[in-house]
Amino acid sequence: MIPLSWYLILAAALFSIGLFGVLARRNAIAILLGVELMLNAVNINLVAFWRYLNPIQMTGQVFAIIVFAVAAAEVAVGLALVISVYRSRKTIVADELDMMKW
Amino acid sequence: MTTELLIWLIPFPPLLAFFLIVLFTNRNKALSHDVGVGAAALSWLGSMVVFFRAIGTEHLGEHPIEASIPWLPTGETWFRIGVLIDPLAAVVLFFVAFTIFMIFLYSVGYQNFGQPIGDHDRPGLPPHGATLVDGKGRKYMVPSVEPLYSRFFAFLGLFAFGMYTLVVSDNLLTMFVGWEIMGLCSYLLIGFWYGKESARDAAIKAFMTTRVGDVFMLMGIAYLYSATGTLSFRAIFTEEVLHVLSTTATPILGMSVAGLIALLLFIGTVGKSAQWPLHVWLPDAMEGPTPVSAMIHAATMVSAGVYAGIRMFPLLTAGWHEGAALTTTMGIVAFIGAFTALFAATIALAQNDIKRVLAYSTISQLGFMVASLGIGAYIAAVFHLITHAFFKALLFLGSGSVIHGMEHGVLHTGDHKVDPQDMFNMGGLRRKMPITFWTFLIGGFALSGFPVITAGFWSKDEILADAWANGHLAVFVTLAVAAFLTAFYTMRQITLTFLGEPRTKEAEHAQETPWTMTVPLMVLAFFAITYGWVGIPESFPVLGGILPNWFHEFVGGTLLEHPPFLEFNIVPLLTSLAVALGGLFFGWLAYRGVKSPAQDRLQIPVLKNKWYFDEAYDFLFVKPAYWFAETFVYKWMDTGLIDGILHGVGKVTAFLGSAIRNYIDKLIINEFVGDGTARLTQWLGDRLRPVQTGRIQQYMLASLGVLIVVGSLLFSLLMR
Repeated sequence: MIPLSWYLILAAALFSIGLFGVLARRNAIAILLGVELMLNAVNINLVAFWRYLNPIQMTGQVFAIIVFAVAAAEVAVGLALVISVYRSRKTIVADELDMMKW
Repeated sequence: MTTELLIWLIPFPPLLAFFLIVLFTNRNKALSHDVGVGAAALSWLGSMVVFFRAIGTEHLGEHPIEASIPWLPTGETWFRIGVLIDPLAAVVLFFVAFTIFMIFLYSVGYQNFGQPIGDHDRPGLPPHGATLVDGKGRKYMVPSVEPLYSRFFAFLGLFAFGMYTLVVSDNLLTMFVGWEIMGLCSYLLIGFWYGKESARDAAIKAFMTTRVGDVFMLMGIAYLYSATGTLSFRAIFTEEVLHVLSTTATPILGMSVAGLIALLLFIGTVGKSAQWPLHVWLPDAMEGPTPVSAMIHAATMVSAGVYAGIRMFPLLTAGWHEGAALTTTMGIVAFIGAFTALFAATIALAQNDIKRVLAYSTISQLGFMVASLGIGAYIAAVFHLITHAFFKALLFLGSGSVIHGMEHGVLHTGDHKVDPQDMFNMGGLRRKMPITFWTFLIGGFALSGFPVITAGFWSKDEILADAWANGHLAVFVTLAVAAFLTAFYTMRQITLTFLGEPRTKEAEHAQETPWTMTVPLMVLAFFAITYGWVGIPESFPVLGGILPNWFHEFVGGTLLEHPPFLEFNIVPLLTSLAVALGGLFFGWLAYRGVKSPAQDRLQIPVLKNKWYFDEAYDFLFVKPAYWFAETFVYKWMDTGLIDGILHGVGKVTAFLGSAIRNYIDKLIINEFVGDGTARLTQWLGDRLRPVQTGRIQQYMLASLGVLIVVGSLLFSLLMR
């Protein structure tokens, strides 16, 4: 059986890639994709811990499903925001959306 | 109805009339005088009933008709007010009721009721007459009705209320209330033609002058109350109270408490009855619209002053007995009375205004009464008070009738420069106004003391006899001279007004007055003769004893000790005969041929100008008062001291304020705290501003950094 740590390393790598994407990409959609990667990294962790530590109870799977649902909602809202921003500013480059600046 | 209840009710009809007229009927002249005259008639009727019940009562002096109700709680006891009819009040009520009723009736005619409204009459000014056009198109002038006719009756009603209240009161307090109501009414009536400046000034003068007396009187009342604890006449005039009051000494002039109180109350009488030195208001009061109001002042209201003096007689004479030397207070009273009698008579000699002569004659006659009070001649004072009220009322109404007739003449000729009150514009009126002439003659002879038939003779003779019998020679001589002058100026007045030939066209066209004016004259003339007969001394030769000396018996009963009858003495009788007849004869002799003031040898400036008392008072009191008000109070006190303090406070405050502003507010609060905080915040803001890049990813990076730092810190702390 594949040791637990492999999953954890995979999840950590995936999270780091997502984080990097969020922080480094300029396209707002790409940032959303990065967020999705980070969420899914968490999901891997949840499922892996459930399977290896406490397979009798369903908690890990239930959490993963809740995260899916939240992620789906989040993407819907995020994309709506992106479209709305695009309509008013004709751009979705994060660096140029600096209206919150003093 | 019980007599007590009736006495309570006597003063109220005129008061009711006052309110009715003021509140409801003042637009309707006929209704107003109906209400006024009706009220006066009711009070007259009540007074007559009370008077005749009173004289029918045995020993009224010891057991007067009285009733009282508790009024003010004073600690444990009650201050009671009530009514009292003793012999004195009864006889005074008799003449008051008559004169007041006559005034009301006479006013109807005098104020031209029934005449048309004037062409250009205005409220507050005398009526100027109205133009009428007869059938043939001729214009002629007739007298016009007084514009404020209703108001006049309202004031008369209030006045009557005050007078009745004063007479029927059983205590000093309600008496003083009536007294002050009359003071107010005299002010209102003198200033009735308020459009005239002289009337306004006279009203204020009368009010202020009597106020001087009233303040002293109030002090006397307060003193009396604090000394005895009561103001009721019957409670004060008992032997025990009077004995205590007369034996307690005061630090002032060695007078007893009784003497001092009597003196203070007497000063009230001096003000009200226009005695020297407070006499100046009465002649000016002739500015009042009519002889009616003049008569109110001269014949009725001023009598109230003497009435108050007579009421206080037991207090005045406390500790004194018949034949003894006068006390200090009595001496002062006698001096003021006698002096006033002579002094006013001299002024009356040189006056040309028919009303002013009578005004000074009133002052003089009141002086007779006051002097007789001062020498302890109680009954003589009361007797003269009443006879004088009748004949002086008669004379004033007669003079009003004369003026009215003259005004008729003035309207006829249309020459408004002719003064209808100046006696030198008259003459020969006996043929034009016969009723007025004969009644005026009776009044004038009564005033002069024409022997035997007139009332004035008996009362004046009694005063002189009393002064002689008790050895007050100075008073006797002064009063005798005053009586001579009285007869003289009275005859001067009659001669100038009625005898001889008319001196002006106006006098030729004078006219007899309507019946509302002549009936009161006749009624009063009746009393001016007959009232003397009730007081003929029993020891008088021939006539004495035909009629009993009812007056002496009756009024004497008011006092605790009945005054004894005087022995008859020929000297005062001869004196009064001589002065009366002599004065009348010389008056006729001197003035029968006088045509103009230039021929009148008595028009000397010092008499003409009333011994310069007005000027002296102006210099002594009025000018200093103005100076005090304007220079001292206004300039020095107000603008100098008070405003100075205020301005000083203002300046100090302004200085303090600017110091606080400059050195604390501006420097510390504004600069350091206020602006400093702002600058610090701004500086900090400037420094922190670059942090806010507005780039979401940088924020996220920063929060990641913080997360890592905090997380690692927590981790290292918790895992240890």
